[in-house]
Amino acid sequence: MNEGRFWLNEQRGTLTAFGIFLLMFAIYVGNHPAGLTANVIQTAANKGVLLAFVAMAQTLVVITAGIDLSVGMIFILTNCLASWLVVGSAVETTFGVIAVLGAGLLCGALNGAIVVFGRLQPIVATIATGAVFFGLALLLRPFPGGSVNEDLADALTGRLFGVVPTSLVALAVVVLVVWVPFSRSLIGRAAYAAGSSEIAAFMSGVPIRTAKFAAYALSGLLASIGGLFLTFFTYTGEAAFASGNAYTLFSIAAVVLGGVSLFGGKGSVIGAIFGALAFRAIGDLLFVFDLDPLWQPLFQGVVLLFAVSLGAFALFRVRNRLEWFE
Amino acid sequence: MSAVSVPLAGRLRRAVGRFDPAIVTAFACIIALLVFGSFYSASFLSPDYLLQQLKVASFLGVIATGMMMVILLGQIDLSVPWSVAVGGMMACAAAAYGPVGEVFAIPFGVLCGVGVGLVNGIGVAYLRIPSMIITLATNAVAQGLMVVYTGGFSPQDSATGAMRYLATGFLVPSVPNAVLIWALIGWATVFLLTRTTFGRAVYAIGNRERAAYLSGVATRRVVMIAFALSGALSAFGGVLLAGYASKAAQSMGDAYLLPAIAAVVLGGTSILGGRGSYLGTIAGVILITLLQSILSVMQMPEAGRQIIYGVVIIAMLLLYGRSPANR
Amino acid sequence: MDPRPIAPPLFRMEGISKRYGGVSALEKAELTVHGGRIHAILGENGAGKSTLIKIMAGVVAADSGRMLIDGAEASFASPAAAAAAGIACVFQELSLVPDLSVADNIAIARPPQRFGLIDRAAQRRLAEAALARAGAEEIHPRARVKDLPLSRRQMVEIAKALVMKPRILILDEATSALTASDVAKVFTVLKRLKQEGLALLYISHRMHEIAELADECTVFRNGRNVASYPRGAKTDDEVVELMIGREYRHVFPDKPPAVRETAVPVLECRGLTWGERLTDISLTVRPGEVVGLGGLDGQGQRELLLALFGVLRGTTGEVLVDGRPVSIGGPAAAREPAVGMALIPEDRKTEGLMLPMSVRENLTFASLDKVARYGIIDREAEDRLIAEMVELLAIKAASLEAPVGALSGGNQQKVVIAKWLMRRPRIVLLNDPTRGIDVGTKQEMYRLLRRLAEAGAAILFYSTDYDELIGCCDRVLVLYDGRVGRELKGEALTEHALIASALNIGDQGAAGRPGAAG
Repeated sequence: MNEGRFWLNEQRGTLTAFGIFLLMFAIYVGNHPAGLTANVIQTAANKGVLLAFVAMAQTLVVITAGIDLSVGMIFILTNCLASWLVVGSAVETTFGVIAVLGAGLLCGALNGAIVVFGRLQPIVATIATGAVFFGLALLLRPFPGGSVNEDLADALTGRLFGVVPTSLVALAVVVLVVWVPFSRSLIGRAAYAAGSSEIAAFMSGVPIRTAKFAAYALSGLLASIGGLFLTFFTYTGEAAFASGNAYTLFSIAAVVLGGVSLFGGKGSVIGAIFGALAFRAIGDLLFVFDLDPLWQPLFQGVVLLFAVSLGAFALFRVRNRLEWFE
Repeated sequence: MSAVSVPLAGRLRRAVGRFDPAIVTAFACIIALLVFGSFYSASFLSPDYLLQQLKVASFLGVIATGMMMVILLGQIDLSVPWSVAVGGMMACAAAAYGPVGEVFAIPFGVLCGVGVGLVNGIGVAYLRIPSMIITLATNAVAQGLMVVYTGGFSPQDSATGAMRYLATGFLVPSVPNAVLIWALIGWATVFLLTRTTFGRAVYAIGNRERAAYLSGVATRRVVMIAFALSGALSAFGGVLLAGYASKAAQSMGDAYLLPAIAAVVLGGTSILGGRGSYLGTIAGVILITLLQSILSVMQMPEAGRQIIYGVVIIAMLLLYGRSPANR
Repeated sequence: MDPRPIAPPLFRMEGISKRYGGVSALEKAELTVHGGRIHAILGENGAGKSTLIKIMAGVVAADSGRMLIDGAEASFASPAAAAAAGIACVFQELSLVPDLSVADNIAIARPPQRFGLIDRAAQRRLAEAALARAGAEEIHPRARVKDLPLSRRQMVEIAKALVMKPRILILDEATSALTASDVAKVFTVLKRLKQEGLALLYISHRMHEIAELADECTVFRNGRNVASYPRGAKTDDEVVELMIGREYRHVFPDKPPAVRETAVPVLECRGLTWGERLTDISLTVRPGEVVGLGGLDGQGQRELLLALFGVLRGTTGEVLVDGRPVSIGGPAAAREPAVGMALIPEDRKTEGLMLPMSVRENLTFASLDKVARYGIIDREAEDRLIAEMVELLAIKAASLEAPVGALSGGNQQKVVIAKWLMRRPRIVLLNDPTRGIDVGTKQEMYRLLRRLAEAGAAILFYSTDYDELIGCCDRVLVLYDGRVGRELKGEALTEHALIASALNIGDQGAAGRPGAAG
């Protein structure tokens, strides 16, 4: 049998997302007044990477057939935290970064504990923890402000060798350090198995609860990397409610565009990253076509509505109507 | 006692919903909050203050009614924020079109909410998209539409006299109209849920959609209508809020999503659907409103309020809302 | 005394009992399994076979009794614990994760690791070796389980069990989805495993397979092991007799003389087909007739009832009511007066009732259109309907407002039936309605069925209890693999005939039928 065909089949969602991204980005660059310059790519990358981190966070939870509606708020909270901690000397900055990532991990672990061991529905539980995280963010930054180690910030948002945006490199590093080990570990396998069929996973003696908990916790960690980068881009911390909600929402859109099944068990973080980049490119298309930016929210909303409706086509294959109600 | 005869107690219980520890706890919390508040300010127990609280509660009450309907189905409506805003803004927008617009302002606003709810309902019932996802998406679309409509500025149209009268006037002396409206909507909801085939179907679907479907009930239509109702009630809440503030605002609905869900859930309605009574939702709404009021009397900043909300909801859910241990 | 030398018992269970709710599934069951032998378990539907396996595999816990491995007491909290103790189980397509690849599934319990990560190359080699051992080299380790046909998935299940290097391998109807050539391969594998010293527990309803494979057989009946005997010690007829023997006999109402064959059938279907599960089914039910559906569990009986009720999509063939072709798009259409169909579903807890809701709400739920005007329920009309049904069926409830979940199983089932009788249906489909209810209620139900038939209703009655089919039905259609295998009536309707045709004994080509080889 043909190995390539299986590879294609496994990567179909990711490749589709990559295709959509290439297409959208080509249209974007093709119509950009400045054309394909290092600057254009850098700006696009920096915007895209933020959503990519949050989308990665969402993916981990969605793979286990859960959902995390607090990712945007963890993103905002860690942004506010970073604007306090990631300052000063190299040592202080390092500790600051570690503290911010630790806080993200803790937020995720809290979600995981409530959902897995508290047995609450992820939707309501994460809406409620989201409120708590936002409250903490507001406590840290009642008004926008703070600062960040600008050397580090500039290094991570600039360009490597004058061409490659550093943020993309950072994204790749995070994929290598967090996603690759997770997806190839026993826990990652268990997360997929639990999302695909919890009964089968149980029968096969897979550690379901550990896997789900790990997915939520790592999700918090990834969201906090996003929050860190947000601070690097803006140099400030801001407890922006609307922005937190928007990132949660867009992360779901990115995940769906990235070929990750909302019913769990299928998809990869790589797909979600391309989904995020594609979603950003789609949103920015309006700018290059010189349309009123007012249309952007509507445009993004319609793209989202369309993306989530795609899954409905599977419905026409259902042959036993009782399967609708499972 | 014969199995067929219906004792008086049963009839009574049927009218108010089944006894539920969550409702008792919610009412106990209300009393505790009132006592606690009276330490801060003697006026806490005065009729004026209580009526004022009830009036504030009625806006949330109207919105939470729609949310309850959807949660009873085992679904959720996350499009509340912009359904509220759509209702308020569209009603005010219609009012700008002369006397005819003034007359149709309220129905138009509510109708726009029905539109949002219908999209949700069709998505959930016929396309089987998870309600959480589709309602987030319609929320984004509604937001986009409103941004385009207002051109990014805060809306300039003001509320009609009728809207203001509904929200702030007094038909019965010393009883705010908003409270009357909530009472009316509450009565209609209790009737709908307990006395009609629709209400029975809502509970049945929330318990076991499979069994309801096999009983020959058009479950998908019921789900769609419930979402449309939720949209309508959210929009009507927006109409009242716009009347209260004399005009609509872009983010007027943001502050209502979490409290609406919290009120319903704290009132003992199961987040998994099929169980809950309107009495509980009333208790939940009053509880949330009093909590907000006390936090503001204590001059608790927004940050503290958010945290306390979140913690209270999680704590109450851990007490009542856990899924069964075995799969 | 058994003259052959045998190894000391590898596994033994003593006095194992298990109850589900009020119903006993296993009652002081005993089983001894030796290494290097194939042990077949036989028994009719509900004899306790599947509960026995679930307890051995750690899926459910026994209420009492003990299990011994190598003479040491063992208990399994989860399937993982049972696997660690050397017990592997091949379930019927239960334990494969659909979205993972074949290799991922085969290695799922203990994937080979390097530096803490799963070693994919090693995993692939492992999977290939396991598939080869199971005789299924043609399955690609990278294929996604979801995309494989049922028979391939079953082979993956077997490969997956082999990877665990079990000492005891349980095969639960492992060959039911396989083609004839697969069965031959699996048999070779099983015989080799036996040579290697494994104990194999083989559950099957295919008598010729058992005759070929098993060294020893144990027959279960009503949750107890009633007989154990070495290979060839009993004839097929004797085995069937062992499976039948009963502690009690139901009392059934008298059957009326045969219905006139000339009457127009109330319900008729011609050539009904649905995917691979139902093949060319034709049947007629005349007014006043109780027609039974027999056969082993899972031969398409449930699907047939669901198809008639309009729940399945993509069925072909014709359904006629009163001689007129009808197209039923779902339960809502089926219950309309022009059709007048009712389905008493299989699982009253998930399909028949809303357990937390009151008896009243459940009773009238399917008839609300009859007691409501403009959608508003007329309480008095509702009370009248309920009173009538409560009396007719003698439903015992403390209060109509109590949740239906608080009633006994029998009374719950009466509520399900009453719920549909309220509509005065002319066609009643029953899906194993007496499972898990007490004898008294069963008797009442038999009388009720007969009364309904006398009033002119057409009744299609699926039961896993053969005794019941014989006692209640005018005719019984025995389904095998989605087809009507045999029709039994009158003198021919005996328990022996029912079981024999359910097991498809006498049809030597059972495993090699063209339908199964596809």
